[in-house]
Amino acid sequence: MNDIWDGIVQAFTLIYTLDPDLIKISLRSLQVTLSALAISCIIALPLAAILTIQRFKFRRFTIALLNALMGLPPVVVGLLVYIVLSRSGPFGVLDLLYTKTAMIIAQTIIITPLITSIAHQSLRELWSDYHDLLISMNTSHNQRIKTLLWDARRALLTASLAGFGRAIGEVGAIMIVGGNIDNATRVLTTAIALETSKGDFALALALGFVLILTTIALNIGTHWLSKTENEGRW
Amino acid sequence: MIRLTKLISVLAFLLCTNMSFADSIKLAVTTSFNNSGLSDVLLPKIESDIGVNIKLLVVGTGQALRLGASGDVDAILVHSQKAEEKFVNDGHGSHRREIMYNDFVIIGPRADPANVRSAESIKEAFELIKDLSVPFISRGDESGTHKMEMSLWRSFDFRPNHFGDWYKSVGSGMGASLNISASIGAYILSDRASWLNFKNKSDLDILFEGDKLLFNQYSFIPINPNRHKHVQSALTKKLESWLTSKTAETMINSYKIDGKALFKFNATYNE
Repeated sequence: MNDIWDGIVQAFTLIYTLDPDLIKISLRSLQVTLSALAISCIIALPLAAILTIQRFKFRRFTIALLNALMGLPPVVVGLLVYIVLSRSGPFGVLDLLYTKTAMIIAQTIIITPLITSIAHQSLRELWSDYHDLLISMNTSHNQRIKTLLWDARRALLTASLAGFGRAIGEVGAIMIVGGNIDNATRVLTTAIALETSKGDFALALALGFVLILTTIALNIGTHWLSKTENEGRW
Repeated sequence: MIRLTKLISVLAFLLCTNMSFADSIKLAVTTSFNNSGLSDVLLPKIESDIGVNIKLLVVGTGQALRLGASGDVDAILVHSQKAEEKFVNDGHGSHRREIMYNDFVIIGPRADPANVRSAESIKEAFELIKDLSVPFISRGDESGTHKMEMSLWRSFDFRPNHFGDWYKSVGSGMGASLNISASIGAYILSDRASWLNFKNKSDLDILFEGDKLLFNQYSFIPINPNRHKHVQSALTKKLESWLTSKTAETMINSYKIDGKALFKFNATYNE
C-alpha cells in the first residue's frame, strides 16, 4: 500500500513540477504511438471498407486471418522486426534499428489487424443498411467507400482508440527494436520496466499513473473534439 | 484532398524528427554498469569532453556480444573475460581493453538460514547454500554475472542444471533478479555496484564478500570495422582514449554511493 501511495504522490509531484525528463518521455510515447496509429488508420480503414463491399476469392479467409492477428504477440513482432532491421538482416543498411522509426513499424504491425477487424465489423452492419440505397443510386466504388467511412466515423474512432490503447501500453516489441535508449527511444512503458528493474517502485508507479492519465486525456480530448454524445447528434 | 495532404505532412514531420545525431555511437553495456548509476555520471562528461553522444543499450553480456557480432552496435562494454576473448578471436571485435573492476558479492536474507556469513571462501559459501537447499536465484540470461556464477559452481564440481527446486533460474537482468530475491528471501550472486544502487533492498544484505575468485573485470571492445564497414571506428577510438584517460580514472574512482566506491579504474594509459 505504501508503494502505491508514494507512487501517487510522486506522480503528482512530477506532473506539477513539469519534470523535463517526464515531459520528454511522455511526448516521445505519444509521438511514436500517434505516428503508428496514423499509418495504421491509413491502411486499416480503407482495407476494412474494401473487405465490406468487395467480394473476392479469399475474402472470408482474409477476414478470419485479420481477426486472428488481433492476438499477435507483441514480443514476437518485436523479434521479427529486429531480425529484419538488424545489420545482418535484409534491411540492415537502412540503419533503422534502435530508432523511433523501428518502434513505429513494430506498433503499426501490431495494431493494424486490430483496427481493421473492429472497423470491418461496424462497416458491415452499416453496409447492410446502405446496400440497396447505394446500389440503386448507381454509385461508384469510391463513392461507396467514402460514404461508409464517413457515416461510420464514430465507430471508426472507437476502432482507432482501441488501436491507440494497445500501442501506447505496449512494451515487449518496442523494448526489443527501440532498445530503451535514454534521450532517444525511451518511452513511458520501457521507462516503467527500467525503474521496476532498479527496484524504484515509486517512480515506476508514478510513470504508470502518467501513462494512464495520458491515455484518458487523449480519449476524452478526442471525444470532446468530435463532439460525440452531444445532444442532437449521434 | 487537402486533409490528406495535411495528414501526410504531419506524418512526414513526425518521421523526420527521427534523424539521428551526427556524432553518436551505439554502445551495448551490461545491466550492472547501467544499474550502478556510473553511466549517468560519465556520459554527459564524455559528450562535453569529446563531443560524442553515446546511445546506451542496456543488455546482458551475452546479448551485448550478440549485438556486437551482428554489427548493431559500435562497441561494447562487458564483463566476461573468456567470452570476450573468444569474441575478439572470432574477429568480431578489434581488440579488448580493460577499463575497471569491482567484485561480486553474495546477497541474501539478513536471517541467513544457510549461515553463509561464517563461510571463509566462496567455495564454502556455495556449499552451504547447496547443502541446505535454501532458495537461490540465478540470473539465467547468459550475462556476465550469470556466466560467473555458472563457472563458480562448475569449478566446485557442482552441476547447476541438476539442482532441485531451490535453484531458480529467472532469466532477468540484475535489478529484476534482485527484486525477485528480495520478495522471496533468496540468496543471489550480484556485482557490488548494482547492489549498492538497488533501491528495494528490503530484508537483503551482503553476506559474503572478498574472495579473490569474485574479481569482476570490465572491458571495452570496439567492433571490428573490417567485419562491419558502417561502425563508427573513429568515434569509438575517441571514446576508448577517453575511457582510459586520467579524467576517467578520477571520475570512476570517485564515484561513490553511501560513501562506498563502486569501481576501481585499472586501464593502462594511452602510450
